[in-house]
Amino acid sequence: MLLYTLRRLLLAVLVAFTVSIISFGLLRLSGDLAAAIAGPEATEAQIEAIRVDFGLDQPLVMQYVDWLLGALRFDFGNSFYFRDSVVSLVADRLPVTLTLGALAIMFALIVSIPLGVLAAVKQNTWIDRSALTIAVSGQAMPSFWFALILILVFAVNLRWLPVSGSGTWAHFILPAVALGYYATPAIMRLTRTGMLDVLASDYIRTARAKGVRPGKVLFKHALRNAVIPVVALAVVQFGFILSGSIVIETIFSLQGLGLLMWESIGRRDFPVVQAVLLLIAMMYVALAFIADLLNAWLDPRIRVA
Amino acid sequence: MAESLLDVQGLKVDIPLATGTLHAVRGIDFAVDKGETLCIVGESGCGKSLTSLALMNLLPRTAKRSADRLQFDGIDLLTYSEHGYSRLRGSRMAMIFQEPMTSLNPAYTIGDQLTEALLTHQPGSRRKARDRAIYLLERVGITGAANRLSQYPHQLSGGLRQRVMIAMSLMCGPDLIIADEPTTALDVTIQAQILHLLAELQRELGMALILITHDLGIVARIAHRVAVMYAGQVVETGTTEEVFNAPQHPYTLGLMDCIPVPGKTERGARLGSIPGVVPSLIGDLSGCAFRGRCPFATSQCDDAPRLRDISRDRACRCHFRPEERRVTAELVPGP
Ligand SMILES: Nc1ncnc2c1ncn2[C@@H]1O[C@H](COP(=O)(O)OP(=O)(O)OP(=O)(O)O)[C@@H](O)[C@H]1O
Ligand SMILES: [Mg+2]
Repeated sequence: MLLYTLRRLLLAVLVAFTVSIISFGLLRLSGDLAAAIAGPEATEAQIEAIRVDFGLDQPLVMQYVDWLLGALRFDFGNSFYFRDSVVSLVADRLPVTLTLGALAIMFALIVSIPLGVLAAVKQNTWIDRSALTIAVSGQAMPSFWFALILILVFAVNLRWLPVSGSGTWAHFILPAVALGYYATPAIMRLTRTGMLDVLASDYIRTARAKGVRPGKVLFKHALRNAVIPVVALAVVQFGFILSGSIVIETIFSLQGLGLLMWESIGRRDFPVVQAVLLLIAMMYVALAFIADLLNAWLDPRIRVA
Repeated sequence: MAESLLDVQGLKVDIPLATGTLHAVRGIDFAVDKGETLCIVGESGCGKSLTSLALMNLLPRTAKRSADRLQFDGIDLLTYSEHGYSRLRGSRMAMIFQEPMTSLNPAYTIGDQLTEALLTHQPGSRRKARDRAIYLLERVGITGAANRLSQYPHQLSGGLRQRVMIAMSLMCGPDLIIADEPTTALDVTIQAQILHLLAELQRELGMALILITHDLGIVARIAHRVAVMYAGQVVETGTTEEVFNAPQHPYTLGLMDCIPVPGKTERGARLGSIPGVVPSLIGDLSGCAFRGRCPFATSQCDDAPRLRDISRDRACRCHFRPEERRVTAELVPGP
């Protein structure tokens, strides 16, 4: 276990390092930053001042080492745009994105696990087939498209929910559904196949032979085993949801990391982009770790080994 | 005459397949009295497992069961719903399966699965259920029973798991236990131990036992009655003594060929091997199912024989009595 944790930590460091170098390189080489920040009407002297001000006159390697030394002290510099520290900007926006992500994955799980169980129990009936249809259309439809439909129906026509913003809980509902829907097909299908496998297994027959009631056989004996791989998948999907929040937050003007990222790219606010990219990469590593822990916790065979 | 505990008549199991309907069990009759041990023997694939699953209503989804009569202690099982069955299963009739490695739920502890068997039928104190589980684990020969309760199935060997399965089947003190080749998946040394344990428990607790096994030595020692199955039918039944001392059906004769009479039976003796192959169970059989492999077959065997009563407890599915038969075909020795 200790060795395993150490390996994970090492992996995290490697990923962080790689992501930071690649993103740093790509961002800095994508054009003259100082000119972009200064704007189209700036004079040569103004641009030069900005270049010196932001340290952009230094060699690229020096700039990276500077950034790295700062990052190690948890200092990601200041935003080019807000003149505010990147850390405080990100800390402001992170809770919004995490809330959105958590709501989205909850929505996905609440919809897809019962649907997957139902499809397995009613295998090859119209219920099974319609569940599959929903799943396939979910995978085929782009999330922004689905989001726009949701806005049209529930916010514009029915006026049940607000169109955009992040002021109240109600603001989170449509984005969470739009984002979570995208994760439902995969989870539903894995639940369905898992349940089908498990329901055909010998220990389910044993449970029935003991006289355990059908409902309890399904939810205590079958689902408990079928859900083990689903949990790992859900954690991975949570990662996708976090990256998918860029599109959804932009559509719904939710003041989260995704929107910050989107706007920062437009403003060439590279310290912010850099930090958010690194944060997302770290979250992926952390999620993989959490998935493993959950797996071990759920599956006694892994836990003891 | 007292009523039998289990009374089966004309039991059939059909499985629809792409190539036609598989008539895996083709109308079998037998009865088991209280406290009696019935052994069912027969080649692999003759429908023994499906028969036992049909009794418990645990058949695979696609399989269809029908019967003229299926009674357990006066209850008509044919009209029982899944819910009614679940009240009976585990409490009055219990089952032990062929595959101990996969028959326990990997996600729950031994203790949880054992106590569940009791608590399902007698909701009440967990403590009492736990005590009973410990008592039964010790009874089936597991040491350190109290510690085993917190272990998971994967931490136990196959033999131990089968002992756990046996303890589980005993949790509610059932009237009937059905054991479907409970030792086939185990080491030879453990096989005899488990079978003896079952026989001993059966005697001691006075429950009825249906044991499906290949071990004729065990059959000779513990069975009160024997049913010999071939291609989904019972071809011979009778008390163990009669069947072993004077086998009637040519198939039974073939099975007995390789083993000595009871009393000097070798430990772990297997069914005799009979040349030829079992006929396909898909579609209807014409004539006697065994005639293709029978050394005594005549043209009369093109008509299907009925299960003919020989005496009160004894029946045989053959047109001929042993003394009427003449060898008509030379047995080809198997490879
Ligand atoms: N789920 C199923 N689908 C299709 N055919 C099946 C199914 N289960 C059993 N069969 C077939 O039904 C026949 C009887 O099977 P059964 O398992 O009862 O045999 P058995 O006598 O228990 O054999 P063994 O000694 O190998 O356990 C076999 O030909 C088998 O292939
Ligand atoms: Mg079998």
